[in-house]
Amino acid sequence: MTLSAELEARFDKLLKSYPPGRQRSAMIPMLLYAQDELGSVTPELVEEVARRVGVEPLQVEEVMSYYSMLHRKPLGRYHVQICTNISCLLTGGEELWQHACKKLGIGHKEVTADGQVSLEEVECIGACSWAPALQVNYAFHHQMTPEKLDRLLDSLRKAQ
Amino acid sequence: MLYNEPSPHEVKVLTRRFGLENSASLDTYLATDGFKAFKKALEMTPEQIIEEVKISNLRGRGGAGFPAGLKWSFVPRNSPKPKYIVVNADESEPGTCKDRLLMENDPHQLIEGVLIAGLAVDAHAGYIYIRGEYRYLIEIMDRAIAEAYSCGYLGKNILGSNFHFDLYTHTGAGAYECGEESALLESLEGKRGVPRIRPPFPAVVGAFQCPTVLNNVETYCAVPAIIRDGGAAFAALGVPKAGGTKLTCLSGHINKPGVYELPLGFPVMKMIEEVGGGIRGGKKLKAFIPGGSSCPVLTAEECQDLTMDYDAMARKKTMLGSGGVVIMDEDTCMVRAALRIMRFYAHESCGWCIPCREGTTWIRKLLQRFHDGMGQRSDIALIGDLAKNMFGRTFCPLGDAAAMPTMSIVEKFYHEFEDHLDGKPCPYEKARQLVMA
Amino acid sequence: MADLVNLTIDGKPVQAPPGTLVIDAAKRAGIEVPAFCYYEGLSLQAACRMCLVEVEKMPKLMTSCTLPVAEGMVVRTETPTVAAARKSMLEFLLANHPLDCPVCDKGGECELQDMTFRYGAGESRFSENKVHKPEKQWSPVVFYDMPRCILCYRCVRICNEGMGVNALGIVNRGVVSEIAPNKQDHLECDECGMCIDICPVGALTSGAYRYHTRPWEMEHVGTICAHCADGCKTTLGVRNNQIIRGNNRDRSGINDEFLCVKGRYAFDFYNHPERLQSPLLKVDGKLEPVSWSQAIETVAKKFQQVREAGGKFAVVGSNHTSNEEDFYLQKFGRQVLGTGNIDHHRTGDVPALLDALSGKTGKLAVSADLYQRKAVLVVGADLALEHPFLSFQIRANYRHHQAHVYVVTPRPVREDAVAAVSLRDACADVFGPLESLRAKLAAEPELVIVFGDVVKGEAVRRLVDFGESLGIPVKYVALVDYSNSRGAVDMGLLPDAGGLALPEMLAAGDLDAFWVVGANPLKAGELRSRSAFVVVQDMFLTETARAADVVLPAACAYEKNGTVTNVCGEVQKLKKALGTMGTKPDLEIIGLIAREMGAAPVMGPWTAEKVFDEIRRSVRGYDIPVPVVAAGGAAQTMPVNGRIPLDGRPDLIRSARDSLFTSGTLGRYSKVLNSVVESRNNR
Repeated sequence: MTLSAELEARFDKLLKSYPPGRQRSAMIPMLLYAQDELGSVTPELVEEVARRVGVEPLQVEEVMSYYSMLHRKPLGRYHVQICTNISCLLTGGEELWQHACKKLGIGHKEVTADGQVSLEEVECIGACSWAPALQVNYAFHHQMTPEKLDRLLDSLRKAQ
Repeated sequence: MLYNEPSPHEVKVLTRRFGLENSASLDTYLATDGFKAFKKALEMTPEQIIEEVKISNLRGRGGAGFPAGLKWSFVPRNSPKPKYIVVNADESEPGTCKDRLLMENDPHQLIEGVLIAGLAVDAHAGYIYIRGEYRYLIEIMDRAIAEAYSCGYLGKNILGSNFHFDLYTHTGAGAYECGEESALLESLEGKRGVPRIRPPFPAVVGAFQCPTVLNNVETYCAVPAIIRDGGAAFAALGVPKAGGTKLTCLSGHINKPGVYELPLGFPVMKMIEEVGGGIRGGKKLKAFIPGGSSCPVLTAEECQDLTMDYDAMARKKTMLGSGGVVIMDEDTCMVRAALRIMRFYAHESCGWCIPCREGTTWIRKLLQRFHDGMGQRSDIALIGDLAKNMFGRTFCPLGDAAAMPTMSIVEKFYHEFEDHLDGKPCPYEKARQLVMA
Repeated sequence: MADLVNLTIDGKPVQAPPGTLVIDAAKRAGIEVPAFCYYEGLSLQAACRMCLVEVEKMPKLMTSCTLPVAEGMVVRTETPTVAAARKSMLEFLLANHPLDCPVCDKGGECELQDMTFRYGAGESRFSENKVHKPEKQWSPVVFYDMPRCILCYRCVRICNEGMGVNALGIVNRGVVSEIAPNKQDHLECDECGMCIDICPVGALTSGAYRYHTRPWEMEHVGTICAHCADGCKTTLGVRNNQIIRGNNRDRSGINDEFLCVKGRYAFDFYNHPERLQSPLLKVDGKLEPVSWSQAIETVAKKFQQVREAGGKFAVVGSNHTSNEEDFYLQKFGRQVLGTGNIDHHRTGDVPALLDALSGKTGKLAVSADLYQRKAVLVVGADLALEHPFLSFQIRANYRHHQAHVYVVTPRPVREDAVAAVSLRDACADVFGPLESLRAKLAAEPELVIVFGDVVKGEAVRRLVDFGESLGIPVKYVALVDYSNSRGAVDMGLLPDAGGLALPEMLAAGDLDAFWVVGANPLKAGELRSRSAFVVVQDMFLTETARAADVVLPAACAYEKNGTVTNVCGEVQKLKKALGTMGTKPDLEIIGLIAREMGAAPVMGPWTAEKVFDEIRRSVRGYDIPVPVVAAGGAAQTMPVNGRIPLDGRPDLIRSARDSLFTSGTLGRYSKVLNSVVESRNNR
């Protein structure tokens, strides 16, 4: 399959980052970076990565289905990941999650009809001291409240 | 950047550059004693480096607290195989958010620590395994690594010493289990994050089947200070058998949540009251998690006269863990807390061994039903019993991590389970909603 | 042997070699430690936690499947703590298990049932919803039921490690982890079914067997697979005169637990609708059913006429019939019909090998040698397709003993994955590549050379010269195709000096009688002697049978007693599993013809035991111990250039190159072989 020049360059660098014969190590980074660009881990991507790291597609399937950040279905352009783990739970993460679901009209691992926003209830994202926290794609948003979430979602809509 | 105000109680060793302008740049690093320790280590023998780390009483900061110098000494330096340094930056233990800050604010300190470990065990390549969610930190570390290469602190013939070292970042993709060292190595090799059978331990058979030093970010970050100022100085900051400081992440029902560098042995109540500014809303302390959600939970009573160090925690049958302190006030529903914690471990169980795979999900379902008001009296004992049946019998520590908080909550907050039995909604959450409204 | 380690298990002093796992040391001392994931010979998992034991000075229970013995170690396998741990593991295992034992194929022979019976709790404390996923069909023969799966990973390991196929993997994580096939929703693999047999529960079930019977309703008949020459023992499950399944769960036989798709499923030719169940006689150019007595009488009368007229006979034997039948047939031909025109389809140059090794002993490898010897050289054969058991042995040898494997083949083969050196002999000259390996091979402590039909005639002598010049102990295997190809050679289904070989028989034009037993020479050839009286004994109306004057319906290998000799010269016993109405074993058919011709006194009784006695007395190398064979074992023949006439006709040697999914005529009538997707993909 054809990949962007950036992705090709990243793949090249990744494949050179591990000892000779250990190119399989590049599999997980390749899948994640490719997903960022393609929106999901497609069957073609599985085949492609398998070929490039020298394993069977089944071995890529085994790996991709293990890691929670790798998705078979396309995510929204903005993937909103709300943490409800213990520190966030204690500081309103659950209420934040409920608020987001209600506001967007979607649930866990669902995408809005326009494909712009997807929602996922995630486990601890390492922002416990600044809870409740969420990530939009890879960007952290700390000490969130339902009001701040509203403003954030509105700004995402505007950015389209 | 920093996300919380520092506290006057902090002893800034690892965080000394936090808050400086461009603290992540090599220039700032070099201007503030950066790479001094590495230069000193170049003049030392590997044995001397390891000895200095042993003297420092530095214990692993990932959670298990294994003495770092001892771990390094297990590496067969004369093995014909290449050796590797691997950094565990898979920070995923709920309640923990400190490695983030160390990489974000002072990436070169980590690089220097890794280089010194490389000198100590004759390794010439290293990998920083960073959890996938920390993408911005991968970018920060990549920039710092590129900067170090361009200035001759990485690559061939570092500082004209003939020592060469290559350092790479490696992203995870969402799996708590990859924080377990052998699972991390599997993941690094492009496999499912399932732990390996041990022995052999990573020091002997680690990354790519080669001898490997594998430590937490904070552990490596302590190394430059230890070599620069001497192991004894570092040891003196802490308590006997546990030297130095610990980055402590305060979260939950506390007025000033944040990450603070405190000397080991810091009193728990003083930490809550003075560093953290006390419980939010003037409430009373109900429960205390000392070091991430896998630790047995302590009651307020148990926290009196308790200090933040490995041995003191062990005496209370809990652990210092990763430094993720979670504070729960009097209105917290402990059944809900137990449920949320078990939900996490059920989600993260790799599925390899029976007791963890089946036990975590069973208990999660049971706790959910119980919290939803459909519990029976016999369920309380069953929850504790199932956790006990997992404990000590799983393939890796994740089973214990799931069992310990559960067993402690059932034991110490038994009455809260009884309070749920009358079929009405959770009495504690009702109280909380009133407060919040 | 290195010093033994002393330890104590359950108060018993035990000695074991260093490196032995506690679970094995206990087993050898007669103490069984239960386990699901531990499987001798496969990689370690420590996943099921059933084998936890108490070890003194260790704070936690230890998995005895990963713990090597240590001097002075004190192990306890049956304490209350251990019992409680086992009980709780079973409780966890049964939490999401559907407990559908009444309708599960595995019921009655399920390890989970057995363990629960022995160690489990009397009642369940699980009252939550179970994880459920619908059952999946991955191929005509493999079904997977995720809820029953206990994730012991035996199937994944036997497929990856044992078979070298890598068709199974593990997807998802945690409680929804499951086994997955290599092609998303289906399997493309060897279809060997090893995964099914090794499954301790009913998660993997066989398309051929499922819902047909309860295991205890079957009789189990251990016999030898009717297909390739490797001679695997297959234990047929028989109920109401029907074969329900084939497996080798008791791990008896040279193949241990190994069976390929043929041994496990391809018994199903026996009840193919086109199976002949009545003798046929050509009347006005059409084959009409007649009685056995009429058919035998017709054949005997005609044979007698031809013999009395001094006419010309030609006899073609089979690669599938038993040694007894082959011996009896050639004896009949030589002594009753007085002809030396006897042959069969030759598939490997065994005579040339035996001739080249004249005067030497201990030069013929048995199948176990491929697992035990330090080095193996494969020349000109795709073992994984043509000799799957030998291929399995070599992989196991590599896994367990790090054997050095050398491969010289025209195309890539599965052995490449375990090979120290793989060379492609594109120009079909194997000696160039072999010479380039000389130094490496000569440095090995010992070697087994396995060669296919590309090495024949003079080349066999050259190969043996090459092997003997290495200066190390070398053993040889000349590959042949079918279940008794080797026996056909040994029993003398070859022409006398001056006798006609098979192509000459077809080309002769002056044959008066042409007798074909279990072969199909007219599939690719034509009989010039249009007026010859043609007698065919077969299971099906093959191209040859269609041309016959009399067709006699024969029993298959699973319907008779006798012996067969595998590719390595190992003699094993065929045990009758069932009978098909209207058919008779070839031995009986020949005997009946002999009796009708008044030749019974010459031929002797036609019971397999009596003929085997005669073989032991008269076929060189077959003086093998009867009890070994009678007890279901394998006894290697010791031929030193036996009674094999060397006619110097390497041109007649031609392997059919059957794949895993073809098997000559038998393969055409196996429903399973024809139903799997791979039979269309493969060559």
